[in-house]
Amino acid sequence: MGRIQLKDVTKSFGEAQVIPPLNLTIEDGEFTVFVGPSGCGKSTLLRLIAGLEDITSGVIEINGEDATDVVPARRGLAMVFQSYALYPHMSVRKNIAFPLRMAKMSPDEIDRRVKSAADVLNLTDYLERRPGQLSGGQRQRVAIGRAIVREPAAFLFDEPLSNLDAALRVGMRMEISELHKKLDTTMVYVTHDQVEAMTMADKIVVLQAGYIEQVGSPLELYQRPKNTFVAGFIGSPKMNLVTGAEAARHDATTIGIRPEHIDISDSEGAWKGIVGVSEHLGSDTFFHIHSDISDEPLTVRASGELLLDYGATVFLTPRAEYLHRFDARGLRIE
Amino acid sequence: MARAVSTQRKTLTTALAWAIGLVIFFPILWTVLTSFKTEAQAIANPPIFLNFDWTLENYAIVQERSNYMRFLWNSVILAGGSTLLGIIIAVPAAWSMAFVPSKRTKDILLWMLSTKMLPAVGVLYPIYLLFIKMGLLDSRAGMVIVLMLINLPIIVWMLYTYFREIPGEILEAARMDGATLKEELIYILTPMAIPGIASTVLLNFILAWNEAFWTLNLTAVDAAPLTAFIASYSSPEGLFFAKLSAASTMAIAPILILGWFSQKQLVRGLTFGAVK
Repeated sequence: MGRIQLKDVTKSFGEAQVIPPLNLTIEDGEFTVFVGPSGCGKSTLLRLIAGLEDITSGVIEINGEDATDVVPARRGLAMVFQSYALYPHMSVRKNIAFPLRMAKMSPDEIDRRVKSAADVLNLTDYLERRPGQLSGGQRQRVAIGRAIVREPAAFLFDEPLSNLDAALRVGMRMEISELHKKLDTTMVYVTHDQVEAMTMADKIVVLQAGYIEQVGSPLELYQRPKNTFVAGFIGSPKMNLVTGAEAARHDATTIGIRPEHIDISDSEGAWKGIVGVSEHLGSDTFFHIHSDISDEPLTVRASGELLLDYGATVFLTPRAEYLHRFDARGLRIE
Repeated sequence: MARAVSTQRKTLTTALAWAIGLVIFFPILWTVLTSFKTEAQAIANPPIFLNFDWTLENYAIVQERSNYMRFLWNSVILAGGSTLLGIIIAVPAAWSMAFVPSKRTKDILLWMLSTKMLPAVGVLYPIYLLFIKMGLLDSRAGMVIVLMLINLPIIVWMLYTYFREIPGEILEAARMDGATLKEELIYILTPMAIPGIASTVLLNFILAWNEAFWTLNLTAVDAAPLTAFIASYSSPEGLFFAKLSAASTMAIAPILILGWFSQKQLVRGLTFGAVK
């Protein structure tokens, strides 16, 4: 069981309030991702849940019990740090066994659990090595191993993949998702990378300046962003946001249209534009098109076969059913 | 070709390093050699390097005239006691500065170090008066306290820099793993800081051992360490270089041997942890 509830939680460092009153429920077994730009308070929020920082006011409940004043060691949560935070003077075996030793488990039980964790994480051959002798991916696995042996109520991940190279990151992403399916334990995962959030999460919490902008499944956030911030943050490349006369024509302050929801034609369409830089990915091509409806170039996704010259004139048509409209406060208009 | 040049350079660098090393070491070597000469040979001109009548009589005379063991014992107590006391006080101070720094931590560190910039003689008079008032003159307890206070800023600074190298996340990980503060200290912090603590202990032991200004001014007989022992052979006795050298050799031998066996730690200590 690992249900975590935050009730009117706030956090201030001196005068500066980094988390304004915040309410959030993380259901048992859910994979929740906190995502947002750097400095949005997502790591602080995770550390508040972990107990590594004291909350300024409010209540944190874990499995229905008030854990606000419970020390980290007694909250039954395990954490994987960005730097892995392995104990450099201990072998991999001792690193993984450390939480069990602290829990005063019998040596036989410790041995059994370390073995099975090493098995799951492909670390069996490395148990006698020191962390310094391992690669980044292996260290990451040791950190995860140390977290899973205790069978915690929930796992907390603080940007665990940001120190890995791109290829390894994709692999570890899959491994962590796989692990979640296998263990079926609550996971709270912090990242600034919206691709990680989209691919791994059951539920995404988008944060900005300590405020929750939106909570929902990846597709909910993608298809129905509550405001312009979420609209611009989720999705890669970003949603095109257009203000001014063109938005007013749609009875909105801002309109948004994703790159894949714009049809491109060389003869006719709603908006006229000139082709700027094109990014060829093989399967798709992203065209950056300068139009008279917006100062910013519009990003348009097209099939990889479509070739357009730099400076060519094209016409764009947004698909009406995928047009997002936002009011003056940036909130979605249904 | 490139390889030949680099070998040549290497040879040159090695030769230069040895030359500098020998120049620095020469006074100590000369002291040791002189201690085995007769007084006449010690002041012979031109100086005799190795071709003299090796004798141990200086050592015998020095030992006869003053009790070497008593000075040695005082040195051990003063250096050991002040270092131990300093570490006990500095470890918690450095922990809090490294892991729970406040707005003023940097200022406090600098302020502590600034006390080392004051010439020692500037505070000799007040401390001397304090010692008289408190009856600490020529007492081991008083000297342990003074030497500890003299070196405390350096001990705190050194430990602080070592502790700062330990990432806070590792301590947090231990907390998440269920370790209590005591377990965190025993299983994580101390083993990770041991090299740093060892370097600090060594360096400060040597500093306290060699400390002469305070020991010469505040001790006479009961608490006099080896520095006082050497000093007693300098001027009042006239020009007895061989005996002075014997006394010096006996005074530096223990610390030299200690230093030899702990070179690695010492280098780390002297470079404030810059070299690992």
